[in-house]
Amino acid sequence: MKKRKLSKTKIHETLELTMLALPGIVLLFIFNYLPISGVLIAFKDYNPNKGIWGSPWVGFDNFKFFFTSQDAVRTIRNTVGYSLAFIIFEIITGVTLAILFYNLRNQKALKFYNTVVILPRFLSMVIVAYIVYALLSPTSGVFNAILRQFGADGINWYGEPVYWPFILTFVHIWCTVGMKSILYYASLVGIDTGLLESARMDGANKWQETWHIVIPHLIPLIIIQTIMSMGHIFNGDFGLNYQVTKNIGALYPTTDIINTYTFRALQEASLERGAAVGLFQNGAGCIMLILVNAIVRKVRPEDSLF
Amino acid sequence: MKKKTKSGQIVLHSVFIILTLMYLLPFLLVVSISFSSEAAILKEGFSLIPRDFTLDAYKMVFKNSEQIINSYRTTIIFSVVATALSLLVMGLMAYAMARPNYMFNRFLSLYVLFTMFFNGGMIPTYILIMKTLHLGDTIWVYIWPTLVGAYNLMILRTNYRSLPYELIEAAKMDGANELFICFRVAMPLTLPAFASVGFMYFVQKWNVWNASLLYIKKRTDLYSLQYLLQRILNDASYMQEAIDQGLIDATNVVIPSESLRYALAMVAAGPVLVIFPLFQKYFAKGLTIGGVKG
Repeated sequence: MKKRKLSKTKIHETLELTMLALPGIVLLFIFNYLPISGVLIAFKDYNPNKGIWGSPWVGFDNFKFFFTSQDAVRTIRNTVGYSLAFIIFEIITGVTLAILFYNLRNQKALKFYNTVVILPRFLSMVIVAYIVYALLSPTSGVFNAILRQFGADGINWYGEPVYWPFILTFVHIWCTVGMKSILYYASLVGIDTGLLESARMDGANKWQETWHIVIPHLIPLIIIQTIMSMGHIFNGDFGLNYQVTKNIGALYPTTDIINTYTFRALQEASLERGAAVGLFQNGAGCIMLILVNAIVRKVRPEDSLF
Repeated sequence: MKKKTKSGQIVLHSVFIILTLMYLLPFLLVVSISFSSEAAILKEGFSLIPRDFTLDAYKMVFKNSEQIINSYRTTIIFSVVATALSLLVMGLMAYAMARPNYMFNRFLSLYVLFTMFFNGGMIPTYILIMKTLHLGDTIWVYIWPTLVGAYNLMILRTNYRSLPYELIEAAKMDGANELFICFRVAMPLTLPAFASVGFMYFVQKWNVWNASLLYIKKRTDLYSLQYLLQRILNDASYMQEAIDQGLIDATNVVIPSESLRYALAMVAAGPVLVIFPLFQKYFAKGLTIGGVKG
């Protein structure tokens, strides 16, 4: 009798909690799960009047169209190239900055520097594009003014693709290093100070301390961050490559990524081609995530994501 | 030994001062351009110190510029409404997920985490929003599609979990229902997490431009502030067009196009940078407890 009563309150509780979660569940379903069924369009010759279901099947034609085009090589190379550069430099700069923070004695100064480096996190990519334009504008930009000061000719930055991999990587790191460094710094605060003290007693200097204690402490976090980033390796930063380059066609050889390509497909109303590219992007990203995680699980099982 | 530490700190501070300049000088440049006169910019280019200091650009931004006011209003409305709704919906959902003995909590975690790594992509989402739900050219397009986010949900859930469970048990003993406990016990005790998540979400909304780019076709009054800014930076002709249509009042003879752009950038980015210090203390905390593992 008592047991039955208990399970009744249990059911009641489950029902109540589910009601609370319901609005969120429904919204996630509509905006994150329903579109997944829309990837069907990648296998169709989409006609807006007939809708997704009514349009005729074309098999893998839309994929073939993309993969046999010049754009495929260019966009995939650029997307993966930028992603890898971002992953590597985010780790190097983020960890370095965190260690510098960790060695600062003055807490007030620490807070000030912290605030300064996370400022760009609160700017939209549009504002970042304005800042970059102030530096690189061919006529009134600061960089060209400096070049002319030294007697050199100004560079037409927005017409020369060769500089952009460096510019975009720099801008990306400028925007993200603050948050990354705080993430690593928060982990460093948890270091066992007794360990550092005994190392110091044994005569270890700052470099040895950093190399043998501080960095190893960060490795698990670095690995998790890398696994997560690998899942998004085919997903470029649309805002960066679209806004900061001002979407200038002359720069496409080095700035066009899969996301900007998909956006153009949308504008040209070839939805099915864009969806095919999007599906490839997502599928390949998932495979990378699982692959990298599997490798980590083999080498350092305790640090894998799942 | 002591001396060595001291010189070490000096080197460290020098590095940070250089870094600080790399961050603050670009901001200073934007401020300076917005206060420069157009003639000086045309003659000598942008500079860190305003040349020929003037408020013309700001006067123009605020005087009779219908489009700017519309975009400002639109952005304020959807940012505030979306943040409030988002905190409400996610606060309730995270509360259920945080309960260790809730039957579906493992399932819900998977349900949420999956969305972090797989989605339909830009185009299926576009078709859903425009063709199926007809949210295009309405203010709701800024609000519903991104109301629930996996990362923020996990942060809120982790925070609820840090509360002592006896608190909830006790409230239940007193006959309170779950909704009441969530609002009156759990939420007030995790306010710092709500402040941090709410602020980040608000910033994200304030900075929206891609939703306008994709989903606003005819209703130019629904352009978000950042999207308007993008149009103005990229379309050389947009400024002239806007003046012709009377959207921007150009009674002056010289149109301060460069300084006007940067004055607008200041007006668009300013509010967030001003309220940021108020929320800063919650931040590192909110970030670290958001650990996805577990």
